[in-house]
Amino acid sequence: MRRWLRAMVLVLTGCSWLVAPAPAYAQMLMNGAGATFPYPIYSKWFDEYTKVDPEVRFNYQSIGSGGGIKQVTSRTVDFGATDGPMTDEQLKQAPGELLHIPTVLGAVVATYNLPGAPKLKFTGDVLADIFLGKITKWNDAKITALNPGATLPDQPIVVVHRSDGSGTTYIWVDYLSKISPEWQQKVGKGTSVNWPVGLGGKGNEGVSGQVKGQPGALGYVELAYAVKNNLPVASIKNAGGKFVEPTIATTTAAAAGAAKSMPDDFRVSLTNAPGDDAYPVASFTWLLVYKDQPNETKGRALAKFLWWMSHDGQKYADDLLYAPLPGPVVKQIEGKIKQITYQGKPLMAGR
Amino acid sequence: MSVVAAIPQSAERAAPKNIGDRALRIVLKAAALAIVLLVLAMAFEMVRTSVPSMRTFGWSFLVTSTWDPVAERFGAIPFVYGTLVSSFLALLIAVPLGLGAAIYLAELAPARIRPPIAFLVELVAAVPSVIYGLWGIFVLAPLLRTWVQPALGKTLGYLPLFQGPPYGVGMLAAGIILAIMVVPYITAVSREVLLAVPNTQREAALALGATRWETTRIAVLRYGRSGLVGAILLGLGRALGETMAVTMVIGNRPEVAISLFAPGYTMASVIANEFTEATSEIYLSALIEIGLLLFVLTIVVNALARLLVWSVGGPVKTVRE
Repeated sequence: MRRWLRAMVLVLTGCSWLVAPAPAYAQMLMNGAGATFPYPIYSKWFDEYTKVDPEVRFNYQSIGSGGGIKQVTSRTVDFGATDGPMTDEQLKQAPGELLHIPTVLGAVVATYNLPGAPKLKFTGDVLADIFLGKITKWNDAKITALNPGATLPDQPIVVVHRSDGSGTTYIWVDYLSKISPEWQQKVGKGTSVNWPVGLGGKGNEGVSGQVKGQPGALGYVELAYAVKNNLPVASIKNAGGKFVEPTIATTTAAAAGAAKSMPDDFRVSLTNAPGDDAYPVASFTWLLVYKDQPNETKGRALAKFLWWMSHDGQKYADDLLYAPLPGPVVKQIEGKIKQITYQGKPLMAGR
Repeated sequence: MSVVAAIPQSAERAAPKNIGDRALRIVLKAAALAIVLLVLAMAFEMVRTSVPSMRTFGWSFLVTSTWDPVAERFGAIPFVYGTLVSSFLALLIAVPLGLGAAIYLAELAPARIRPPIAFLVELVAAVPSVIYGLWGIFVLAPLLRTWVQPALGKTLGYLPLFQGPPYGVGMLAAGIILAIMVVPYITAVSREVLLAVPNTQREAALALGATRWETTRIAVLRYGRSGLVGAILLGLGRALGETMAVTMVIGNRPEVAISLFAPGYTMASVIANEFTEATSEIYLSALIEIGLLLFVLTIVVNALARLLVWSVGGPVKTVRE
């Protein structure tokens, strides 16, 4: 019995030690959930933001875009995050008006495994034909015509795609659907699709592992992943007819090119965006917040954070290999943040 | 059972010195009940959330093989096929290996090397499956692609099982990875079963002039056969539900292909792959129905394993007493 008591006491002291470093001031916990792709920069932001406003703590669960949309719709979180914009139908199901706030941009690149790792150029048509299984060999006339300098082997193309549902896939097939009517009709776009050909790898590491090991493989991964791992990447012909290499600058250029025709709700696809420098396979990632906030203090803190994120926060994007928002888009976001209200009263009117 | 029930009742009436016993009883009972409730809640929730998919697709869910999240047409055949074939392949490799190792450890190995090998077996069982998956991608798949599959294609290529381009990843890779993961389970449980066979069995066989192999076969393996089947089924249960390692090497293509070189897909893999980004209700519901199918399959397999393990437990105990 005494030993039992002693164990109890030990456990209790252990617990109190866990609870001990309690905050000295009142804290507000902001709950969010959603996309995994922007998770690294979001956690950086949430961490840095405690220096700006020590009273706000963020708790972000990177459970995927689908989960983010579902949780924000059922109001179990204060904000959601998604890589693909919500559909009209999904927006209708939400109990209040939801705003899409772009945070950063990502790009998706084509990577391949060929002897000598030549620099390759592709058009959207050729990529769509390869992923449809219509072009099956590397020395196909359509590929050699685009790459006159490169020696392309008489080897089958092994297509590698993501097996897990992801925003990366969404961006890639969104681009293919825009370029190729056949793709649009046969496959369509989504976070997972019914692939006509190819092998599925789990995550960026699964795809790149497969591509690295399989001679003749062609797959797609996030720009950040390709840069970090020095993978060979292809230039892709953009809407302006230029072959553009995927970089952070050309990704931001895609958003700048689309800024003029940006719809008011930011639910826009940036693939095949206009502009000479625009890399054609790029996309925003969004935070989802209610236009009319249920809680005044929390709503104000959230609006302030969004403001900080779209201005000061953008400087952290480069290091983490995300493309920052271009100036004109930030201006548009400012207007959107000012629309956030509590019972009809604007929360950021002072700006 | 009535005896067991009588003891706590008297304990409850007794002085507070038995308070510990009472607390223990309540805690343990709660633990046991919690498990039952958990399983029931899981089953209920899965049935409830897969209703939209059942309504829309009905039985066609079980007999069609299109998996198109964009058009929202779902059929489970390729996943059921992939799960069963990869698990069967795993057992085909793991059973001889696991049983062989167990027989050696229990019957033939010198006493001083038994503990280290048994320890190693347990160590292998504790390796996280993502490690197996990464090993599969970076070591096993290239090995299969450059050596094993071309060789198999050359020698046995007339069989439809070994045709097609060598990708490395695919059903064969999944079966091998699963086999490696299942072997330690089969070995460890089989070894326990063989050690539980009473020595009188062996002595009797040897006294009749049986050789070592005959003794093992007639007196030991026959005696413990239902326990050994239980060990194998336990391994099968593990293979059916394994997710991460299989997802990383199976190629994730929802197609029924005869060739073992071709990529396939399993039930656990498709859930792991697509659940997080499934946004529409029917899509989610279809994934949950896949989970329900897997749940039913796993319950059947585990129930069989339990029954067999119990049936071997009986006679061993009586002999020991």
